[in-house]
Amino acid sequence: MDSWRKNPLIFWVFAVPPAAWLLLFFLTPLALIWVFSFGEKSGLIDIHITWTADNYMRALDPLYLQIFLKSFWFAGVTTAVCLIVGFVVAIAITFAPGRQRPILLLLVMLPFWTNLLIRTYALIAILRTKGSVNAALEHFWDWGNGLLALLGVEHLQLLGAQFEPLHLLYNNFAVVVGLVYVHLPFMVLPLYAALDRMDRSYIEASLDLGAGQLRTFRSVVIPMAAPAIVSGVIITFVPALGSFLTPDLLGGTDSQMIANVIERQFKSANDWPFGAALSFILMYVTFFAIALRSVWSARRDAREALA
Amino acid sequence: MKGARRSYGPLDYGRRLWLRITLWLSFVFLYAPIAILVVYSFNDSRRNIVWRGFTLKYYERAWNNDSLIQAFANSLTIAFFSTLFSVLLGMMTAVLLWRFRFPAKAPFEGAVSLPIIIPEICMGVAMMAFFARIGWPAGLPWPLNLGAITIAHISFSFPFVAMVVRARLARFNRELEEAARDLGASEWQAFRDVLLPYMKPGLIAGALLAFTLSLDDFVITFFTAGPETVTFPVKVYSMVRFSVTPEVNAASTVLLLITLVLTTTAILLQNRSGRD
Repeated sequence: MDSWRKNPLIFWVFAVPPAAWLLLFFLTPLALIWVFSFGEKSGLIDIHITWTADNYMRALDPLYLQIFLKSFWFAGVTTAVCLIVGFVVAIAITFAPGRQRPILLLLVMLPFWTNLLIRTYALIAILRTKGSVNAALEHFWDWGNGLLALLGVEHLQLLGAQFEPLHLLYNNFAVVVGLVYVHLPFMVLPLYAALDRMDRSYIEASLDLGAGQLRTFRSVVIPMAAPAIVSGVIITFVPALGSFLTPDLLGGTDSQMIANVIERQFKSANDWPFGAALSFILMYVTFFAIALRSVWSARRDAREALA
Repeated sequence: MKGARRSYGPLDYGRRLWLRITLWLSFVFLYAPIAILVVYSFNDSRRNIVWRGFTLKYYERAWNNDSLIQAFANSLTIAFFSTLFSVLLGMMTAVLLWRFRFPAKAPFEGAVSLPIIIPEICMGVAMMAFFARIGWPAGLPWPLNLGAITIAHISFSFPFVAMVVRARLARFNRELEEAARDLGASEWQAFRDVLLPYMKPGLIAGALLAFTLSLDDFVITFFTAGPETVTFPVKVYSMVRFSVTPEVNAASTVLLLITLVLTTTAILLQNRSGRD
């Protein structure tokens, strides 16, 4: 690596365009809403910057606090489900025959690159009252009734008088299903990368020395995969927390998340200062989660250096 | 599971039934909704449940839907220009960070990764506020009216390109460049004839990535799009809010196909460039 002084002309040629772009079209917009978040609305579109903290205080209002808690809850449940399912999937791919592995991996990665909106829309078609899941359930219901008729007990109406479709859409359940659907690949990829690198003789040794599969998993696999688990949890939790589209399209009136409130402030409610404050709170939470990971890995490195 | 009944070795997890079932169930979960969406785009029925025979009429109807086609053309135009600038800026960022030590390098690196890290909604509202505040002109003739969206797309795409190209550069043997310089090549010639060809797979992968990111983006575009500058995802969003129609299925299938081809190419290219 050269010092920039060795070749200042070339350095500036490569440095100025990206730095200028970033400053002008990314950092300036962020700085703008940061300033807005300390402002007050005066008039329809005018914002008066008074350096008040009221917008941040308003976020502590029970109404918004509850939405924050709900967002954390959704993101937390999503992360937990992704971690459990993702771990199993990652193990299954790691130990799959060598030729199948790249294909399985590609199958995990592809949905990650397909349009989020289309995938969410696809879920709507499946979950709605007259969607695929309910159609399949109705089939089973008919079968069940046919079976009961064969047994001559159809008059008891054991399965109910008629098929009751499940309400799977426009509620909290749909939001969590949607979030898991979108974020599962985020969890599988780091876990797979860690498991793939893992020295299998440790597992073998543990099994040879008499530990059971569960014990081996708990005391050998999990500690070795710990950095990947932490990474996976953070890169699943952070985007899940800031999700807009999933709760917007799949959620009901009581499954709104922070991003939906922010959108409302910037669009229909037209209260930019408050929306800006909420955006920054969300960003600070994101930074905090990422910083947590660095602190965690620094500690781990220190411990390992001492051991 | 102990003793003679176990016909596989202790590490043959790949052959354990429950692991394989979970794996396949996960794939069903990930792919069934998309598969159903594609299948029903060919279904001759407005209601998406019963199969009533093959038809292409929804593709025809989507094709004749002028606002949908306009949105699609907008998306492709934005993606094209965004890719062009993102590859250029991303390449510069990658070379800069790979080659030079300079003051404030760490903050610069942090700032470049920021668009990847921060929630999309935050970037969306920031862009919306920014363009409103600087009084970005509205009502420009096409394609200039797509400028604001394109700028926003470049801002979140070029850090990804930089990441991909930098990963490629990390394996570059600088002696090659030095040899070229020793043999009398100018700084520019060495860049053009040695470094650039080496970066090429990374640049192509980065370009495909930038194109897909731009084509797929909904949240940030949603905040920067005006009534006349609707992109494909924004259009689909308004159609989906309205109702679930086979037309949307048909249009989505086309977009899925495009991203599928682009992504598979990008992944294959990256695997290849990782090997040599």
